[in-house]
Amino acid sequence: MFNSIQELVALAQDGGVPLWQVMLTQEEEATGRGQDDILEEMAGNYRVMKEAARAGILGVTTHSGLCGGDARRLYDYLQKGSVLTDSTLLKAVCYAIATNEVNAAMGRVCATPTAGSAGVLPGVMLAMQEKRSLPDSAIVRHLFTAGAVGFVIANRAGISGAAGGCQAEIGSASAMAAAAVTELAGGTPGQAAHAMALALKNMLGLVCDPLAGLVEVPCIKRNAAGAANALVTAEMALAGIESKVPWDEVIEAMRQIGRTMPISFKETAQGGLATTPTGEAWKQLLWS
Amino acid sequence: MPYRSVFEIIGPVMIGPSSSHTAGAARLGQLARGIFGEEPEEITVRFFGSFSQTYRGHATDVAVIGGLMGFQTDDPRIRDSLAYAKERGISVSLIPEAEPPEHPNTLTMALSRGTNKLNVTGVSLGGGAVRLTELEGFPLNLTGENPAILILHLDTPGVVAAVTARLAKNEINISHMGLSRRARGKVALMVIETDQAIPPEVEADLMGAPHVLRVALLQG
Repeated sequence: MFNSIQELVALAQDGGVPLWQVMLTQEEEATGRGQDDILEEMAGNYRVMKEAARAGILGVTTHSGLCGGDARRLYDYLQKGSVLTDSTLLKAVCYAIATNEVNAAMGRVCATPTAGSAGVLPGVMLAMQEKRSLPDSAIVRHLFTAGAVGFVIANRAGISGAAGGCQAEIGSASAMAAAAVTELAGGTPGQAAHAMALALKNMLGLVCDPLAGLVEVPCIKRNAAGAANALVTAEMALAGIESKVPWDEVIEAMRQIGRTMPISFKETAQGGLATTPTGEAWKQLLWS
Repeated sequence: MPYRSVFEIIGPVMIGPSSSHTAGAARLGQLARGIFGEEPEEITVRFFGSFSQTYRGHATDVAVIGGLMGFQTDDPRIRDSLAYAKERGISVSLIPEAEPPEHPNTLTMALSRGTNKLNVTGVSLGGGAVRLTELEGFPLNLTGENPAILILHLDTPGVVAAVTARLAKNEINISHMGLSRRARGKVALMVIETDQAIPPEVEADLMGAPHVLRVALLQG
């Protein structure tokens, strides 16, 4: 089993295969399952991602009744055709928000790597699939690229907000999406790893400070930021820009930051946005 | 390495809003239910750390109760599990605790039905992965990914031999095994992880071994 990004990339380079293939082979070896069976399960997960994004665009109201409808707003804005940046970027952001609104409404999602960050990877992949008119199979394969990177981050640093803050959730999701979309766009395993590192570096230190202990504010909009960050860092990596800090050192930095982060910023709703006057008012409204 | 499969990273498919606080809690409930062996009449769940602060907003309460009623992580009934519990006549207590835990997402479950009683502690690691860490006060380290047999027995020479002989007879291969006890000659816990699923008749066979007090199967 690969235990570092360095090992993962070396396995891909030595075998002359993409990162997704290394992950798929490891899954076969670790579980004894056949390749078709594993690919079919991942295809099923991708169908869940698509359904969640679609439901979110139609418009949902979240569990608390305080959020929802922002994916719909972005979708309508996109349809008008005059966006500041680029429609692929905006679509990724729109689908990311849609997915996480559905999550906050206690709908059905696929955690990637967590539910609070479940919008980032599907947002980016769905937008790329549309832009390049790709078949589902191409996207499904590259979910293994995301999985490979997430696997290393999860085992070396962790992916829970309670242990590592939001950087461990949205940061990890963004790093996974950056690697996946880089490889999907034709980048090398090394470029995908640089995209992972660049994306994660941009998210280091991000705290988990959810209003009223919900998974709504700021979580939903941070999925948008994670998706946009993934596309920006993927473009940088495809242009040949490299992370000055080696891949695994970035992951180690995230672990250290998470370990030393105060508990009030680790999914306890005791600091940051959660304890602003508005955060306190929400808490009062919902739980007292 | 706590994570072994790509589907722990891209997955699980689940009802929101939190993989650690909702799906993980449901999974802990399911595992405890599996060990308990039947639907509890009384459930007391205590939340520690992040769980104690955000369990309502993260739906940890409904998820763990749903899991204890056997609901899967993507079962929409999780949303209304407290109503289902009431309908089924299950008494539920949910208690946030201030005491800081070793792991930030920790919960304990005290289950009872008649004379059947069980105390289990578990932690949620993130992304839906979990670990049971304590059973009846004995330390435990089970993720529920692989089948396992839990045996409470008297700490007496020959119990391990009797148990392993019965497993050998049933052609069950042991992948990992551990023993813990509080004091010499008192109640001890044997945990046996296996390569293959464990047929229910093996449970009865193991109950027949000398000095065995209780056997529970966890099917993985």
